[in-house]
Amino acid sequence: MNLSEKINAYRRDNNRVGIRNYVVILPVDDISNAACEAVANNIKGTIALPHPYGRLQFGEDLDLHFRTMIGAGSNPNVAAVVVIGIEPGWTQKIVDGIATTGKPVQGFAIEKKGDIQTIADASKAAFDMVRYATGLQREPCDISELWISTKCGESDTTSGFGSNPTVGNAFDKLYENNNTLLFGETSEITGGEHLVEARCANDAVAKKFMFMFNRYQDMIERFKTDDLSESQPTKGNIEGGLTTIEEKALGNIQKIGKKCRVDGVLDKAEMPTGKGLWFMDSSSAAGEMVTLCAASGYVAHLFPTGQGNIIGNPILPVIKICANPRTVRTMSEHVDVDVTGLLNRDINMDQAGDKLIDVMVKVANGQMTAAEILGHQEFILTRLYESA
Amino acid sequence: MIQFIVHDENDSVGVVTVEGLKTNDTVTGWVMDQDKLIDIKINQDIPIGHKLAIKKLNKDDTVIKYGVDIGRTIANIEVGDHLHVHNVKTKRW
Repeated sequence: MNLSEKINAYRRDNNRVGIRNYVVILPVDDISNAACEAVANNIKGTIALPHPYGRLQFGEDLDLHFRTMIGAGSNPNVAAVVVIGIEPGWTQKIVDGIATTGKPVQGFAIEKKGDIQTIADASKAAFDMVRYATGLQREPCDISELWISTKCGESDTTSGFGSNPTVGNAFDKLYENNNTLLFGETSEITGGEHLVEARCANDAVAKKFMFMFNRYQDMIERFKTDDLSESQPTKGNIEGGLTTIEEKALGNIQKIGKKCRVDGVLDKAEMPTGKGLWFMDSSSAAGEMVTLCAASGYVAHLFPTGQGNIIGNPILPVIKICANPRTVRTMSEHVDVDVTGLLNRDINMDQAGDKLIDVMVKVANGQMTAAEILGHQEFILTRLYESA
Repeated sequence: MIQFIVHDENDSVGVVTVEGLKTNDTVTGWVMDQDKLIDIKINQDIPIGHKLAIKKLNKDDTVIKYGVDIGRTIANIEVGDHLHVHNVKTKRW
């Protein structure tokens, strides 16, 4: 696999590289979903991102909401954004955040106008944005300019020696290639935290990683009513043969390969400030974690699965890798990269990693992933606590 | 034909990688780190993805996989036994 080959992608005004070209209709809050969906219905080539939150949030939870909204709109896979909220203040805050990327963005508030007038005004803006976005051309970009995230789901024991180390092999190669990489799933490192800590680039990074790890453990200790069996590991994980969180975690961390160092640690939906491998504190639930990756600016996602998680995301293409022959047989339409050959030694890990990178390059050039073709658009916001 | 995989020869367990393994089958496993093959007779039906013990374990022993602690036994476990949530629990949480 030659990582110095060029891909054809979209270079944005802030010099970030995107592999998709969405015009997003973004609701600030739950009650603006209807207007956003109406605009997306009126204007072809747009996509609404409905979600259930954004009212009466406060403190760190509100900060996370703004980071997620602004981050999603700022993602290089997005060409232009219409923002619709019930009132102008928070709407403008999200517009201003996205505007720093230089991309076209306009906000609309529903109060004093009503849905119908807002939908008409926002549809006009969206019309111009689709003209603009569809006039943009893909151009040659370096593979190293891609920000690539990973998170696994419905893992089983085949994940630990098949699909997860395949991502690890690809990550080792992409790390050497100077890509910007991300992993997370804080609770799903339990039992292997010492191994991740040892991979941190320096003491400051290790300390910040352990702070995030312990903060998540404290939350679990505060709310748990049992040993979390059937939640973490999930019932699907257990069905697939995973017995304890420790076993699941050791499989999970195969995704960071053997050579990558952890160069930095991020809070949820924070953007990395340099190249290398970043750890982001995050839930291990697929919808939440992949949405946080999109909000942090990642443009392609590598998603190993064992039992067959079917997750997708509206703006971040999710590439599924599977080593379980039963899953590949029964759920083939959800699998982008079949690495079942690892289990009977038909292929080695180096070949599996190259196979994944080949598919990733095709997806970067525009080929749709299984989740995109099937219309999986899970846009799932992480909450830290109740609204006021 | 490989029917289960072991990460390291010092691990307590292997993972079944084929469907349909039945009680009293003698199955062949590949130990990845040492790249060698071992045969074990299994004592129960074991589904794909599930673990078999490759070492005898007593109640309250530590189970090792990937060369690392993955939990504690809550029953005695013989070589070839199905090892899962009925006889192993997390040490965390």
